[in-house]
Amino acid sequence: MERIQEKLAILADAAKYDASCASSGSNRKNETKGLGNAHPGMGICHSYTADGRCVSLLKILLTNVCIYDCAYCVSRKSNDIKRAAFTVQEVVDLTINFYRRNYIEGLFLSSGIFKDPDYTMERLVRVAKKLRTEHNFNGYIHLKAIPGASDELMREAGLYADRLSVNLELPTEAGLKLLAPEKSRPAMIQPIRFLQNEIIRLEDERKVLKKVPTFVPAGQSTQVIVGAAGESDMEIMHLASRFYRQFQLKRVYYSGYVPISNDNRLPALHSQVPLMRENRLYQADWLLRFYGFEPHELLNERHPNLDTDIDPKLSWALRNLDSFPVDINKADKMLIARVPGIGIESLRKICAARMHGTLNWDQLKQMGVQIGKARYFITCKSGPFERRDLTPEQIRQQLLAQSHSKWAKAHSPQLQLF
Amino acid sequence: MTTWLYDGSFDGFLSAVFDLYWQKKTDVTIRKEQDHVQGLFENVIFMPTIMANADRVWVGLSRKLSEEHLQQLFCCYLSELAGEEDHMVGFIRHVFSSEKDITGDFGNKYILHVAQTARKVLREKHRMEAFVRFQLTKDNIYYSLVAPDYNVLPLIAKHFKERYADQYWIIYDERRRFGIYYNLEKVETIRLQFNTEYDPHYHTTGNVWAPEEELYQQLWNTYFKEANIVGRKNPRLQLQHMPRRYWKYLTEMRLD
Repeated sequence: MERIQEKLAILADAAKYDASCASSGSNRKNETKGLGNAHPGMGICHSYTADGRCVSLLKILLTNVCIYDCAYCVSRKSNDIKRAAFTVQEVVDLTINFYRRNYIEGLFLSSGIFKDPDYTMERLVRVAKKLRTEHNFNGYIHLKAIPGASDELMREAGLYADRLSVNLELPTEAGLKLLAPEKSRPAMIQPIRFLQNEIIRLEDERKVLKKVPTFVPAGQSTQVIVGAAGESDMEIMHLASRFYRQFQLKRVYYSGYVPISNDNRLPALHSQVPLMRENRLYQADWLLRFYGFEPHELLNERHPNLDTDIDPKLSWALRNLDSFPVDINKADKMLIARVPGIGIESLRKICAARMHGTLNWDQLKQMGVQIGKARYFITCKSGPFERRDLTPEQIRQQLLAQSHSKWAKAHSPQLQLF
Repeated sequence: MTTWLYDGSFDGFLSAVFDLYWQKKTDVTIRKEQDHVQGLFENVIFMPTIMANADRVWVGLSRKLSEEHLQQLFCCYLSELAGEEDHMVGFIRHVFSSEKDITGDFGNKYILHVAQTARKVLREKHRMEAFVRFQLTKDNIYYSLVAPDYNVLPLIAKHFKERYADQYWIIYDERRRFGIYYNLEKVETIRLQFNTEYDPHYHTTGNVWAPEEELYQQLWNTYFKEANIVGRKNPRLQLQHMPRRYWKYLTEMRLD
């Protein structure tokens, strides 16, 4: 009993730097009165750790033994840490018993590479297969796709898992060469491309054949480490945008580098995790996926990094004041989506409500629009809120003066002395 | 000023709404009998629930509203907020008075209010789907205590029934003193009698729980502790997502 506690401690600790925790987007019903289901809509976050991150899946490594020596990774070969490995049955028991108590949505299983990619992947697949076939488990399963594993194993993994992911780790090839010389970008892309082609092939088959098995129903995702290899936000977002388009990834995760090594190629051990930067990257990611922005609008040669003081949408708007003001009661939906202070939910309400009558400031506020921000960029029924011709710098200063971000302290890159 | 009291059931409310129309009243407020405090010059009448009348109102609403919006109205009832009936009546009047679909008319305060209240209730429903923690009893029943802000047990039954189709479970609302019990066939409403020496706040004391229960709670606590990244400490964010009032029901947050 103590041994399983210790194993869990080691292998959960080693897995926690993977940011992905999504449990949505799949569609696995519990049709046979078995255990569990995976919703197409919202995922469920069952708990939140003291760092504010959600716990949705049992996120563990099968083993932290690894033949590679990537500088940014805690499980690297040369690191002097305790090593452990779960048996297949142990992972299955933990998953089932946690799931039955409503602790988790499912399993996120990753692993260090022991022996070779095929050997590792085969073990991951065996866990998923056992859960699905022997335990009638329909909860969410996210497996790591190990670059270099055979097509056959990848295909089998896709039959049992809801999501597969390959982490790109470093946003630039130069960074990869510096910190993980044993890995290469093309070798990482190969399984992503293979899985994408399989997904498309089976979708086509589904149009003509009745019984085609589900294959990675929640799609693929990836992760890049931010702030380990001196890359710019522009490089990161352009990479993300390319992967969303080219490989139809469901998500790209940005993981602020947590210093774990005194390797002089990396930020020093007690340097601050770039949380604010990470937050801004996620905001930019949302703007690409839901608000119709193109990456070069937010980040380009003249603005290679996101502003940490203000959000990327506001930053874009201030650079493009000639696109404003927009008329809330008439403008196209996608133009209103570009207004700072208007999110997807208030956008939906505005578009529904203006069919019934013209809207004024008070109604906009009631619907959840952040008037303080939006007032510089919109007009509506009750006349302009802001009549003066303000320069972008004046608006920026006014907004910064009135905002007391409650996160300022927690996310500040400034080290706290006391 | 007239106040009509109903028995606290949703049908009771709908039945009172029927009478608003039948008696062509506009100056009446509808309140739950159990919440009511008698005012000085108030004219109070108790309205008995007449199922046929309640059904007629519901059928009428069903003709004009989608499933989603019917659910929103029901959520307002489950919110148990004081005076929520006024908004529900305003919403119903707006629905019946208009020829076209007015559910998107968020410029109207009743429509917006109902949508916003429903959102609050559905968020609490979602939280309960996340924060229920089952403990396995010796009798092989997975048991959980909760105290949701709104009366969401009627809303979460379906989720748990679909997910945990092969295990017996109970979710008990400590505040409202009733629970739901799934017996592998269907979900039933139950009331529990706690004997005094038994502490309903579980703990592994006594011989109520299955022998492996303690092990899995400890494993879960270990996992929860190790999943935290110390360098990213942000207790404020944790609190925002998981307010303190839920902690005493969460295995990993209970301070032992």
